[in-house]
Amino acid sequence: MSSITSEPAPSSQKNHELVESATVRLAGDSGDGMQLIGTQLTNTSALAGNDVATFPDFPAEIRAPRGTRAGVSGFQVQFAAEDIFTPGDTLDTLVVMNPAALVTNIADLRKGGILIVNEESFTKKDLKLADLTENPLDDDSMNSYRVIKVPMTKLTRQSVEEQGLSVKMADRCRNFFAMGLVFWLYGRELEPTLRFIETKFGKKPDIAAANSKALRSGWYYGETTEAFISGYKVDPAKLAPGRYTNVMGNQALAWGLITAAAKSGKSLFLGSYPITPASDILHELSKFKNFGVRTFQAEDEMAAICSTIGAAFGGAMALTTSSGPGIALKGEAMGLGVMLELPMIIVNVQRGGPSTGLPTKTEQSDLLQAMFGRNGECPMPILAPRSPSHCFEVALEAWRIAAKFMCPVLILSDGYIANGAEPWRIPDVDDLPEIPIQHPTGHEEGEFLPYSRDENLARPWAIPGTPNLMHRIGGLEKQQGTGNVSYDPENHECMIKLRQEKVDRVASVIPPQSVDGPESGDLLVVSWGGTYGACTTATERCRSEGLSVAHAHLVHLSPFPTNLADILKNYKRILVPELNLGQLSSLLRSKYMVETHQLNKVQGKPFAVDEVAAAIRSELASMR
Amino acid sequence: MTTELPVLTTADFTTNQDVRWCPGCGDYSILAQMKKVLPQLGVPREKIVFISGIGCSSRFPYYMNTYGIHSIHGRAPAFATGLKSTRPDLQVWVITGDGDGLSIGGNHLMHCMRRNVDVNIVLFNNRIYGLTKGQYSPTSELGKVTKSTPMGSIDNPIHPLSIAIGCEASFVARSIDTNIKHLGTILRRAAEHRGTAFVEVYQNCNIFNDKVWDYAKARETKLDTTVELEHGKPLIFGKNRDMGIRLNGLEPEVVELGKGITEDDLLFHDEQASEPSLAYLLSRMRQPDFPEPIGVFRAVDAPKYDELLNAQVEEAKKAKGAGDLQSLFNSGDTWEVK
Ligand code: SF4
Repeated sequence: MSSITSEPAPSSQKNHELVESATVRLAGDSGDGMQLIGTQLTNTSALAGNDVATFPDFPAEIRAPRGTRAGVSGFQVQFAAEDIFTPGDTLDTLVVMNPAALVTNIADLRKGGILIVNEESFTKKDLKLADLTENPLDDDSMNSYRVIKVPMTKLTRQSVEEQGLSVKMADRCRNFFAMGLVFWLYGRELEPTLRFIETKFGKKPDIAAANSKALRSGWYYGETTEAFISGYKVDPAKLAPGRYTNVMGNQALAWGLITAAAKSGKSLFLGSYPITPASDILHELSKFKNFGVRTFQAEDEMAAICSTIGAAFGGAMALTTSSGPGIALKGEAMGLGVMLELPMIIVNVQRGGPSTGLPTKTEQSDLLQAMFGRNGECPMPILAPRSPSHCFEVALEAWRIAAKFMCPVLILSDGYIANGAEPWRIPDVDDLPEIPIQHPTGHEEGEFLPYSRDENLARPWAIPGTPNLMHRIGGLEKQQGTGNVSYDPENHECMIKLRQEKVDRVASVIPPQSVDGPESGDLLVVSWGGTYGACTTATERCRSEGLSVAHAHLVHLSPFPTNLADILKNYKRILVPELNLGQLSSLLRSKYMVETHQLNKVQGKPFAVDEVAAAIRSELASMR
Repeated sequence: MTTELPVLTTADFTTNQDVRWCPGCGDYSILAQMKKVLPQLGVPREKIVFISGIGCSSRFPYYMNTYGIHSIHGRAPAFATGLKSTRPDLQVWVITGDGDGLSIGGNHLMHCMRRNVDVNIVLFNNRIYGLTKGQYSPTSELGKVTKSTPMGSIDNPIHPLSIAIGCEASFVARSIDTNIKHLGTILRRAAEHRGTAFVEVYQNCNIFNDKVWDYAKARETKLDTTVELEHGKPLIFGKNRDMGIRLNGLEPEVVELGKGITEDDLLFHDEQASEPSLAYLLSRMRQPDFPEPIGVFRAVDAPKYDELLNAQVEEAKKAKGAGDLQSLFNSGDTWEVK
C-alpha cells in the first residue's frame, strides 16, 4: 500500500450542525473536473447512508472556449436524511471556480447560502472571458450570501509542491482541493475518495499523491479557516432495509437488460450508434462480454436497428439504443419490427429537440414520436422509467412484454434520468421472476404457420436452425396465419387491427395505475418519466399544506393502465406537467375526452419542485 | 461422429410461392443456379438464411425454402451482420441489386465488406431500377435516357467490384446470369469462402434495360468482350485465344499474342494476392477498351467480424469467469441499511 491511504483520514474538531438535507452545486469550466468531484460527493454521501439525487449539467461541446459562460459545467447533488426525489431546487452551497460559473449559477443559490469562490480566477482576463466588466465579488450584489473567498490556486500549488509537478498539472488538482473543502463543510469522510484516487491514478503515483494532498489540504482549510465556525452534517436516511449501491440511469438500464437476458435464458445483443445521451448504455454493455453480451457499434442508426432485428430473428434478446434524432432515422426499421412481430427493445434516451437540438439537455418531447412517429398504423408498447434506479425494473418489464407479445417495445428514458444517480437497493437475483420464452422445436403436429397466434396474439418465435420450420418474413403485408405476402384488402385491415389489439392487450398484464394522495378530490397531477421526483415532492408538499391534490405517475404510456379512465374521473381538475408543449396532455384528451390543464417547460432543464407546487396552488386557487 | 445428412435436391429448396418476376427476367436463372448449388453444399436447409432488401431481386428469399427476411431497402447487410454475429452456425446470404446495394444501401454494403462478416452477398446488376419502373440506377452509364433522365444521365456510374475491392472484401467475383455453369461455380465458391463473399452478377432486365449485357453474353461477341479469370493462369481472351492482357507499368494493355509476345509476358492472375491492387486494376478493365473479367478477382483469408466478436466473448469469459449478476451489483461501493 502506498502512503496515500496509509495516512489516516483527518477528523474534525469543529462543531457540525445537524441539517435534514443539503443541496450543493459545483460549477466551473468544463475542463475543471466538476463532474468528477460531484460524482465523488454523491457516492460518499450515499455511502454515509443519505438518500441522494443528482443533476449533472454540461455543455455539448467537449471543450467549449475556456472561461466562457458557454463552457460552464455544473454538478448538483442533494443529500438528505429523508427520502428525496429530486436534486433540489435552490442551493445551500455553491462552489464556483471562475466568474462565468458564478454569473450563470448564482441565481439558484438561496439567500444566506454559502458561496465558495476561487478568488484567484477573478482577474481582468477571467472577467472578460465571462463578458463581465466589473468583478461581481467587489460590489454588493453578493451581500445576501455568505461569500467564502479562497485562494485555491495558490493553496493547491503549495499543497502539491513536493510532487514537483508542472504548474499546469498542479492546477489540475484544484478540483480536489475544492472537494476537500466541501467534504469538510458537510462532515464527509475522505476515505472513499482517497480509495478512488488510488484506483484511478494508481498508475501515476505523482498525480495520485498530488490529488490526495490537494483533497486533504482543502479539508484542512475548512478545519482551520476562521470563515467557518462550524460545518453541517446530514444523518443517514431511513431507507428500506437492505444493501444499497449508487446507480446512474443508463447504468441501471444496462444492468436491467443483462438481468432480463439471464432471466430469460438469452444472450444479449446490442446494435447501437454513438449518440448523446445514450452512448453510456453502449459503453456499459460493452464491458459485459463475459455475460455473453455482444455489442455491435454499427455504421449508422439504421444499421444499428437492422442488426438488432437480424439478431432477434436468430433468437437473441436484441436491442438498440439511441436518442431522438437517431430514433427518427430508425423509424422505418421500427415499422419492420412491428410487421415482423419479433421481440426487441428500442431505447430512446430523450434530449432537447427538434433536429440536433440540445444534445446534453433533458426534455420529454419524443412521446408523440414514440406513439406515432412511423409510417402506417404502427403501434408498440411504450414504457418510461421515472428515476435512475427505476430503469432497472423497466428494462426487465420491457423484455417481459416484448417476449410475451412478440413485438418491439420502446423505452423512453431521458437525459436527466440517464445521467442522474440515486441509491438502489440491490435485489437478490434469485428473487427476480424468470421470463419464460419458448421456441417451437419443429416437432409440433400439423403445418407450421409462422403467423398463427396464441392467447396473447403472439406468433411463434421459430428460429433458424430449427428443422421443418423454414419460413420467410418481410415488410410486405402478411397473410394472417401463413405469413405469406398478401395484398388482400380484408386481410390488411385484419392485420392492422391485430397488431393494435396485441398492444392493447398488454394492458391486461401490467399493474393497475396507482395514485398518491386522496382517491378523489380537487386536483390530480398526471406525470410521466423524469418529472416524477419534482411532481411527487410538489404534491406531497401541497398536501401537507392541506390542499386536495393527488398524483398519478405513468410508467406505461402505451397502452395506458385500464383503470386510468376511472381515476381521471375522480378529480375536478387534471394538471399535466411536462417538459414539452403538452404531449401526454393531448394523448389523455384524445383518448379519454377529458379536459386537461398543462404546465410546460422546454428549457432543457428539469422542473423545480417550486414550479410544480406553484402551478398546483394556482390551479386550485382558480377553482375557488 | 458422422451424421447422416439427407440428400437434398433442387425441389427441396423450392417454396410454394409463385415466382413473380417478369417472364424472361435474368433473375430466374440466378434462382435456378442457387437451387442447384445449395443441395451440393451439405448444409441443411434450416441452417440457411436469405436476407434481401427491396427491389426486384429482393423477392428472392420468398422463393427459397430456407429461412429468410425480405427486409428494408438497402439494409440487408446490416440485418445479416446482426444475425451472423449472434448465430455463427448459420449460412447467411444477402441478395441485393444495384439500386438497393449501391444507392440507398451503399453504406451498409461497404461496412459489411470492410468488417469481413462471414456472409455471401450476391448483387444482381441490371443497371436500372426495375421495381419502380425504369429510372436510372447508380450503375447506369453516363447519358442513359430513362424516365427520370429524359436528357440523359449526368451521374458518373459506380462500379460494384471496384467498391468491393476498395473495401478490401476478402472474396470478390463476377458472373453472368445466363452463363449458368460459370454462375454455379462462382456461387459455390462464394458459399465456401469464409468472410464476406461479394458476387456481382450481370443480370438482364428485359423490361426496362433489355440487352444491356448482350455484349458479354452473345456468342458472337462474348469471347472478345470478356476474359475469364483463372488463378495462376495468364489473361488470354478472344475468339482465337490470341489476345492477352499485359501489364505496362501500372497500366494494363491489350496485346496480340505472337509477334514476339508470348504467354509469359502476360499478366498472370493471382486471386490470393494479399494486396488488393491487382484485383482493383482488373475491376477497372471495362468495355470498350478492355475485355471485362469474369470469375474470381480476389479470394483471401482475413479475420472475420463474427468470429472475432465471439472470440472476445469467450476470452472475457475465460479471463473474468462467466458473468455473475449478484457480484456485478455489489461490485461498486455498497452500504447496508438496517
Ligand atoms: S422489371 Fe426487370 S428486373 Fe424486375 S422482374 Fe421485370 S425483368 Fe426482372
